[in-house]
Amino acid sequence: MKVSLIELFEETVRKYPEKTAVIDKDRTINFADLHKQALQIAAKIIRLGVGQNRPVGLFLDKSIESVYANLGILYAGDFYMNLDIKTPAERIRNILQLTEPAVIISTSRQVKPIAAIIPDTVQMILLDEEAWDEEVDAQQVTRRLSSIIDTDPSCIINTSGSTGTPKGVVLNHKSFFDFIDWAIDTFHFGDDLVMGSLSPIVFDIYSFELCMLMAKASTLVVLPAHLAAFPAKILEVLEQHQVNFLFWVPTIMVNIANMDLLSAFKLDSLQTVWFAGEVFPTKQYNYWHHHLPQTTFANLYGPIEITLDCTYYIINKEIPDEQPLPIGYPCRNTDILVLDDEDRLVSQPHVEGELCVRGTSLAMGYYNNPEKTAAAFVQNPLNKAYPETIYRTGDIVCYDEEGLIIFKGRKDNIVKHMGYRTDLGEIEHVIINTLKLVKNGCIVYNQAEKQITLFYEAEQEIQAAEFRLQIGKVLPKYMIPTAFHRLDQLQRNANGKIDRLFYKKQVNK
Amino acid sequence: MREKILEILSTIRPECDFTEDVDFMEAGLLDSYDIVSLVTNLEITFNFRINGTDVVPENFTSVDTIIAMLGKYGVH
Repeated sequence: MKVSLIELFEETVRKYPEKTAVIDKDRTINFADLHKQALQIAAKIIRLGVGQNRPVGLFLDKSIESVYANLGILYAGDFYMNLDIKTPAERIRNILQLTEPAVIISTSRQVKPIAAIIPDTVQMILLDEEAWDEEVDAQQVTRRLSSIIDTDPSCIINTSGSTGTPKGVVLNHKSFFDFIDWAIDTFHFGDDLVMGSLSPIVFDIYSFELCMLMAKASTLVVLPAHLAAFPAKILEVLEQHQVNFLFWVPTIMVNIANMDLLSAFKLDSLQTVWFAGEVFPTKQYNYWHHHLPQTTFANLYGPIEITLDCTYYIINKEIPDEQPLPIGYPCRNTDILVLDDEDRLVSQPHVEGELCVRGTSLAMGYYNNPEKTAAAFVQNPLNKAYPETIYRTGDIVCYDEEGLIIFKGRKDNIVKHMGYRTDLGEIEHVIINTLKLVKNGCIVYNQAEKQITLFYEAEQEIQAAEFRLQIGKVLPKYMIPTAFHRLDQLQRNANGKIDRLFYKKQVNK
Repeated sequence: MREKILEILSTIRPECDFTEDVDFMEAGLLDSYDIVSLVTNLEITFNFRINGTDVVPENFTSVDTIIAMLGKYGVH
């Protein structure tokens, strides 16, 4: 019986000590060395007097170091919270205030932008300033793990929240076991996966890649973040390392299709491609499928709160360009309830309802946020007999005639933009309340152009450059609007509220 | 054309000075989000379409390399 993800890693290290675990540009590390480094990190955390089950922040770019630091945190019986080094300090401050991590792991160079805002109570481990020459008692470290149970957290993943502070989703070990068991069984993954890792360390996809590294000795190929805008370079790296598995958000796959780059790169090794995080337009999917007919493609769907994904569709038939790709069927050991406005179960085709999830995959809740937790993690309205929590995703779906689930849209103001879940309300909040750049404004999303669009009331036009400069001090770049429209007066509905629907329709004509 | 390119760059990254003699990529003046905006803006402003194989870091290191790349498409 295994209760901590680290136990999977221990088994892998015993089996494949010499196998390459991570490829990071021109550096590589094997499993034995990764194990050694992870233990050093764990021993350091323990020496600092940090107890078990405490959050440990990681402020590093994706690298060999981020991988062993994440494993080291798990070895110490604590849970990791990866932070985006490109996020403005102000937002990091909000996250740290909410989560109060015991330790932050970084380097003396990377920590600089946030050094001033880290509270005194947080201890620091700067990888380049430690000697790392102390003898580690591996048995002492693993002994500490023996008191961990599988519902203890393994990580916190932050996601956009409407009030300006991200919500920290707490995921336990058990829910990752559940997901990787499903993944390995369904896709028959062996010990030979080479993963082209493009997601930032703050994405759940990266956490999945870590799990596959631990569970199946998969090799993680770091695709440098600065190459994300240069798909041709990324494809070059995939060919160089004979990558055979990708789990990507569709944004870059759409770019690759639009640039017709698969005519130049054959990607012969690529066996399995998963995509998730946002809607992949069928036309661009078909481009991939036609260029890589031997590759298995799967459309996955799920919010972070249910650990990666809860439905999937292995695409095994032709789908016309104008039809959406289904999100498919529930993953094994997950139950999907589609509930209508009155919490009745929807089972008829083409009737819309909210997708709700039941199963081991559910997160523990939002860290230090009982109100938000109570609103989303609720009693199953169909079960009056005993306590049973379901997660309400806020996503509207329906079934088609074949019983496949089709994604229709959101109940609220959340969009998926460049793979990031973005609450448009948070951007509005920052522009109007935090920065006071405009008195009234309304943010809508242009689906076709993938543009966050701001309509605002002002007597004089504000330059786009000025908006970007100010907003960029508070919000990460992917949340900064790229289209701005000044109006004397915003359209109001009968209640006198800004008519968001009107603007939503206007940009999506 | 140089002025137009500088204007586009300063809209994308208002806080940066693109007239300095530095490698835009190495100096961190342009990241991946900026490149996506820059490519779109160049295509709209100069009315042409960039091949995917030309969207590589070496074509975006300076205003001169951008101009040289545009030249390949007959944009002068």
